[in-house]
Amino acid sequence: MKNLLAGAAIALMGLTQTATADGHANYPERPIMMMVSYGAGGATDFQARIVTMTSGNEDALGMPIAILNKPGAGGRVGWNWLAGQAEADGYTLGAYNVPHFIAQSIKGGVEYSAASFEPIANWGADPAVLVVGKDSEFNTLQDVVDFAKANPGKLTTSGAGLFVGHHIAALQMEKAGGMKMAYIPTKGGGAAAMKAVIAGDVMAGINNLSDGFRAAQAGNVKILAVADLERNEFLPDVPTMMESGLAVDNASVNFRGVMVPKGTPQGIIDKLAATVPTMFENSRVAGKMKAGGSPMHVMNRDEVLAMWAAREETLKELLAGL
Amino acid sequence: MEFIYYFGDVFTPINFGLLLLGTIGGLILGATPGLSPTMAVALLIPFTFQLEAAQGLILLGAAYTSTVAGGAVSAILLKIPGAPANIATTLDGHAMALKGEGAKALQLSFLSSAVGGVFGVLLLIFLTPVLAQWALAFGPSHLFWLAILGVTVIGSLDSASVVKGLLSGCIGLWLATIGFDDIMGAQRFIFHPSLGGGINIIAALIGLFAIPQVITMFAKGRKNDGNEAIQVQKHPIKSAVSELFRYKRAMGIGTITGSIIGLIPGVGGQIAGLVAYDQSKKFSPDKDKFGTGHPEGLIAAESANNAMVGPSLVPLLTLSIPGSPTAAVLLGGLLIHGIFPGTDLFDNHPDVAWTFINSMLIGQILMCIFGLYVAGMAARVAQVPQSVMAAIVLGLAVFGSYSVQASMGDVYVMASLGVMMYFLERFGFSAAPLVLGLILGPIAESNFIQGSMIATATDGLAPYFLTGALNLFLIVVVVLSVLYSGYMELRTRRYTSKEEIMG
Repeated sequence: MKNLLAGAAIALMGLTQTATADGHANYPERPIMMMVSYGAGGATDFQARIVTMTSGNEDALGMPIAILNKPGAGGRVGWNWLAGQAEADGYTLGAYNVPHFIAQSIKGGVEYSAASFEPIANWGADPAVLVVGKDSEFNTLQDVVDFAKANPGKLTTSGAGLFVGHHIAALQMEKAGGMKMAYIPTKGGGAAAMKAVIAGDVMAGINNLSDGFRAAQAGNVKILAVADLERNEFLPDVPTMMESGLAVDNASVNFRGVMVPKGTPQGIIDKLAATVPTMFENSRVAGKMKAGGSPMHVMNRDEVLAMWAAREETLKELLAGL
Repeated sequence: MEFIYYFGDVFTPINFGLLLLGTIGGLILGATPGLSPTMAVALLIPFTFQLEAAQGLILLGAAYTSTVAGGAVSAILLKIPGAPANIATTLDGHAMALKGEGAKALQLSFLSSAVGGVFGVLLLIFLTPVLAQWALAFGPSHLFWLAILGVTVIGSLDSASVVKGLLSGCIGLWLATIGFDDIMGAQRFIFHPSLGGGINIIAALIGLFAIPQVITMFAKGRKNDGNEAIQVQKHPIKSAVSELFRYKRAMGIGTITGSIIGLIPGVGGQIAGLVAYDQSKKFSPDKDKFGTGHPEGLIAAESANNAMVGPSLVPLLTLSIPGSPTAAVLLGGLLIHGIFPGTDLFDNHPDVAWTFINSMLIGQILMCIFGLYVAGMAARVAQVPQSVMAAIVLGLAVFGSYSVQASMGDVYVMASLGVMMYFLERFGFSAAPLVLGLILGPIAESNFIQGSMIATATDGLAPYFLTGALNLFLIVVVVLSVLYSGYMELRTRRYTSKEEIMG
């Protein structure tokens, strides 16, 4: 209903649109819509709803942000829509997931690339973790690597799909360890991939740190390693892959943030880039995110631009052989 | 018995008020075409930010329970199934409404929803640890066979002829392939950007069921023959209750099938109603009456789709794995308060866990009471003249398919599928098998691909798909189901004259 109200509000405002020669000083004059390319209830949707909940405050944007879900095909549907059909007027934002959308654009078949969007700010960074069932014989990353080396292509490893962070982590592990794994993409995202690990359908899994942390708390899985540059505050005892001797960097970390379609007026981009990071740093937002086990990582527009460029380079190299 | 200690918490003024609010709001949202239970729960999440954990969950749990039941209202009166759970309800429910038994159909549907729902929640209370293991037992190979089992009933579901049933099933299976394939990311049959995400199931449901009916109503024109509207017979609740007890078998089959299927992550809710409908048809002596407004079919479908609610939360509450989209939204409602489902929930927050579960139990009963109250009034919808009705249904259909993800593309999909279905229906094809194909196609396909990837990495295709107790059991059931359909088809032929077959 919120979407509908926002839609109705937008339609009404369209009738009374005045010239915006004032350098967008009054932006935003009406509620803003943010497209999330995953379904309601997913990790991205859940976090997007939390980080935008204070946008109506006077010290933030002063206007509420309504979430619009456009799920399908691992995010491609929503991002295609944002790049091709959404209006670049500053009232349509989108949530991004890196490396997902960059990897998809490198593999082709979509109507967007990193150049189709302008980043605003980053709110979260969810590293990939390597999980095994609670009764698994694997206890360290080395056990897994040894098995994969001795049995090429036999280590079944679930993940949320092809060309998402989990897949990138698997590819990096194969490259770093000189080994071959059997990566099993599941339909139904991280939850289905985690179920496959807990039920023993697969021998190991790569999943989000937030979901892995929860499953480990519930006593269903063991987390063997984190694919990031340093240990995570949620899991201080779990080593990074690098510490365990596998040269895997943070290219698979799932960065989530806000972007707008290319063509959005520069004045609006500047205003959003100045306001949105402080909105993410609001203590209520941080509290809810921490309670939900979602790691926060606020980055401003310039930092995100640099991160996108670096990812694109790494991914092009990694995916070239596929 | 721990749950009894927390019953008091449900009846504090605020909690009970929220429960009432969730139930009544849920019934209304559920009765609105296009607002599936998942959507309704997702819409309520922002409100729970301000509430305490237990209160928020009471609101969400009550809304979940009653949207599932509320979907029956539009399914029965307008032939628009609000969610896949209500497809089977339309088959006999709408036929009953056309006969003037709308009030009776609604009463039966709310009563059987309550019985099924209470049973499902009781299972959740008493058997959670056992059920959790059962939910995990279904791997890709088992889900594949389960989907194939679903395919075997396509032929016999709501069609006069098995061949036509199978053909519409095939159309459904083909429609399911449209869009980006979710596992490999391949693009199939995308001729228009609005097909990129595939055919949205809610939009398809609305189009396939409601549009042919709208066209038929418009086609009649404004004939002033006086009996354009259907009379609604009053039906006392007492006799609805005794009617319910007359169909204990359908009730039992519906409740048990719904509970078992609801457990299975990723499949459950969508097909529980249809499978229960098909099973009770097979075991009923009045097979021929199914589809013509027979209460048994309605009772089986509605008890199944509410029985599924409780068990569908088992994987979420015990293993922290959301087994359905609605469970995923509920997970968000828990996480926002820093509560992790799983052992943490029952050990450290028993008040939250049990208040939530208890409120679903009370919610089922409240839903039934309000439902019965509404049934008498809502049934009058059938008295609206058909020409007016057609316009209203068309409006609701457009609104419903647009509101799923605020996309005009879904409206186009809804409209084109609807027009196609109108012509197919004129040739004796039916929407139910088509929708079943649309639902089962992706389940069968993705589990086969996933299973074969695991199989090739381990011990090969044949051992993976064809060995193991559960696989063998499912294969035997599939074979039996095929044999049964063949036998029934032969028997009907023997007793039907050649003219009737040709006709």
